[in-house]
Amino acid sequence: MPEPILEIRDLTVEFGTEDGVVHAVEGVSYDLHPGEVLGIVGESGSGKSVSMLSVLGLIPMPPGRITAGEASYKGQDLLKMPAKQLRELRGGEMAMIFQDPMTSLNPVFTIGDQISEALTTHNSGMKDDAARARTIELLESVGVPFAERRVDQYPHEFSGGMRQRAMIAMAIANDPSVLIADEPTTALDVTIQAQIVEVLKLAQEQTHAAIVLITHDLGLIAELADRVVVMYAGRVVELGDVFTIFNSPQHPYTIGLMNSLARVDIDQERLEPIPGQPPSLVNLPPGCAFHPRCTHSQGRAICRTDIPDLREPVAGSEHRSRCHFAEELVGLGSPVSAAVEDER
Amino acid sequence: MSETQPVAADLVSATSSNGNDLLRVENLVKHFPIKAGVFKHTVGQVRAVDGVSLSIRNGETLGVVGESGCGKTTLGRTIMKLLEPTAGKIVFDGQDITSFKRREMRPVRRDIQIVFQDPYASLNPRMTVREIVAEPLRIHGLYRGGEGQRRVEELLRTVGLSPEHANRFPHEFSGGQRQRIGVARALALNPRMMVLDEPVSALDVSIQAQVVNLLEQLQREFGLTYLFIAHDLSVVRHVSDRVAVMYLGKVIELGTREQIYGAPMHPYTQALLSAVPIESPTQRGKRARIVLEGDVPSPANPPSGCRFRTRCWKAQEICAQEEPALIPRAGGDHPVACHFAEVLSPFNLAEQARVRQAAYEAKRAAETAAGANSLGNRSS
Repeated sequence: MPEPILEIRDLTVEFGTEDGVVHAVEGVSYDLHPGEVLGIVGESGSGKSVSMLSVLGLIPMPPGRITAGEASYKGQDLLKMPAKQLRELRGGEMAMIFQDPMTSLNPVFTIGDQISEALTTHNSGMKDDAARARTIELLESVGVPFAERRVDQYPHEFSGGMRQRAMIAMAIANDPSVLIADEPTTALDVTIQAQIVEVLKLAQEQTHAAIVLITHDLGLIAELADRVVVMYAGRVVELGDVFTIFNSPQHPYTIGLMNSLARVDIDQERLEPIPGQPPSLVNLPPGCAFHPRCTHSQGRAICRTDIPDLREPVAGSEHRSRCHFAEELVGLGSPVSAAVEDER
Repeated sequence: MSETQPVAADLVSATSSNGNDLLRVENLVKHFPIKAGVFKHTVGQVRAVDGVSLSIRNGETLGVVGESGCGKTTLGRTIMKLLEPTAGKIVFDGQDITSFKRREMRPVRRDIQIVFQDPYASLNPRMTVREIVAEPLRIHGLYRGGEGQRRVEELLRTVGLSPEHANRFPHEFSGGQRQRIGVARALALNPRMMVLDEPVSALDVSIQAQVVNLLEQLQREFGLTYLFIAHDLSVVRHVSDRVAVMYLGKVIELGTREQIYGAPMHPYTQALLSAVPIESPTQRGKRARIVLEGDVPSPANPPSGCRFRTRCWKAQEICAQEEPALIPRAGGDHPVACHFAEVLSPFNLAEQARVRQAAYEAKRAAETAAGANSLGNRSS
C-alpha cells in the first residue's frame, strides 16, 4: 500500500458548553491513501465530521479544542501549521464540498466570481480572463448547461442540484489531492443525488484526488467508498474495506445499523432497530459506549467497565473492530445483506 | 378466462373503488396564489396539487412518494382540510366533507390525525409532555380529572415511553422519543386514520426503524388507516400496501407495493427507483442507473401535456399535446399516466435500462443543441 497522504492519530476534540464538556472525538486514528475514497459513516453526534474538520481548522475554537493527537498531510503537521499556511492548503490542495451549497456559497457574488476567486487566490499569476475561461470550463465539466451564460448568475438563480455542481467545480478548480465531501447529497432529492454521485465520480477521474466521504447514508458508502470508518459516540468502532464492512461486519453497532435499514430492493418482514437512544456526549456510559444498546454484550461486566481497544487486524487485512467479543461475531455477518445476496 | 381473473382483481385492488374505502378524493386541486406588486394582485398560481384522485381503504397504508415540490405534503394537508381545497371532492367515511365548516369538521378531526416530520418544531417547548398529549383531549372536552391523567399515562406507555416522562419538557428528549410523543398526541382521540407526513425523515437510521415498527404495531393494534407521505422510497416500500407516485402535483402511477416496486411502468417511477443507492457494495456496477437530467420544472408554470416530458427520454410530440390519463395501459395491471408506459424492473433488467439510458442521452444531446440556439435568440 502506498504512503498515506493524510494521517490522523489519536485525535481528541472537545467542546466546552454550558452543560459540560462534550467529548465529540475521542482518540480517533485513520489514514487516507492517495486516490482512494474513504467513507466515514456514523449517525448524528458520532464525530464523523468533527474528526475531519477540526484538523483543517474549520471548527470554531473556542468552544472547540483539540486536546490530543496528531494530524499530518504529506508529512506536514496540520495542527502546528500557521493559520495562513493552512488557509493556502484549504481550497487548494485540500478542497471541500459541504452539504448545503446555499449556505456555503456567497449570495452577493456571482457563481463565476466565486470560482474565479478560488482560482486567482491560489494562482497569483492568473489573469482575470484566463480565470473566467477556466471557470466556464469547470462548470461545463460538472454538467452545468449553458455555462457561458450561467457563470454570471447568482447562487439563488441556481437550483439545489446546480448549486452543488458549482460547489464541486469550485472544489476541483485547483486540482486538489484531497477532496473532503461532507454529506454532499443529503439535502438533495434522489434523482438529483444520482446526478451528483455521477459528477463526483467524474471529478475523481479528472483530478485523481483522494476523497473523504463523510455521510450517514450507507447506500452512498456502498456505492462509492473503497475503505470505511464506522464511528459511534466519538470513537472509531470498526474499520476495513467496504466489502468486509458490509458483508462481514464484526462490531454489534455496524451489524445493528445494517439490520435497521429499510431496503428499496427487497421486501423485509420486519426491521430490526437498535434499541435505546444514542448516548449523551457530555456523559458517556462507562466502558464501551455502545454497551447500553448492545444486544451482544448480554450483560457481561467487561463491556460496562473497560473501554475496548481496536482489535489487531488478522494478517493480510486491515479489518479492525472495537468490541471485546469481536471474534464471536465472525460469520454472523449481516443477515439482511446475506439474504439479498442469496436471492440473486 | 381463468387467466384474466387475477388481473381484474389486481386492478380493483389498485384503483380501489369498492365500498371499503375510508377516504376518497376526486380531482382534488389546491392552488396557491402568487401575489405581487403594491396592491398584491394575483399574478399566477402555484399548482401544488392539480387533480388528484385516489382512495384509501380501511386499515391499509397508502404510501405517497415524490420529490420536493411534488405536492405530497399539500395533498395530506388538503385531505385533512388543514388547507381549503381549491376544487374537487373529499369523501371521508361516506360523508362529503369538502365544504364542511369549522364546526362540522370537529367530529371528523377526531377521526383523522396528523404526525409531522420535525419533532423539534411540532411540539410546544413550553408545555410538558402531559400537557401536549392531553391537549387534544381537552379541546374535545374529553379530559376529566383522574381519568384524563390515566389516559395520558396509558398513551405514553402505548408509544413506548414511561409515564414518569409526563412532567418533562420536549427538549429533554431525543428525536426518536419526541416523535413518540407526537404519535401519542395523535392517538389521544382514538382516530381511525393518521396522515403521517415524513414521520421518520428527521431521525437517525437506527431510530427510524424503532418508529416504523411502532407505527406498524399501532396499526395492527388499533386497526388504523395510514396515509404515509415520504420521499424515502425504501421506507415507503416497507410500510405500504399500495403506493401513489407523485410528480408536479399529479399522481403519475398508482399500484400495490408489488406493482410499483416490482414492475413499475412510468419512466419517472423507474428513474426514481434506479436512483436510490443500494446498501450493498456487491451490487456496485451491476445495476444500471437511469440518471435523469435537468430539474423539476416550476409548479407555477408546469409543462403542457405530460408534466414529466421535459425530463423524459421517451417524450414525443403527443406528450406535449395531450395529458396522459391515469389508467391501466399496455396490458399492465395498474393505472399509470404515460403514453408510452411499459414494465421495466429497476433491479433486474439492467441491460434494458442501459438501452434506455442511451436513447435518453441522445435525445437530450439533440435538445441541448436546440436549446442553446433558442436561448441565444432570446437574449440577443
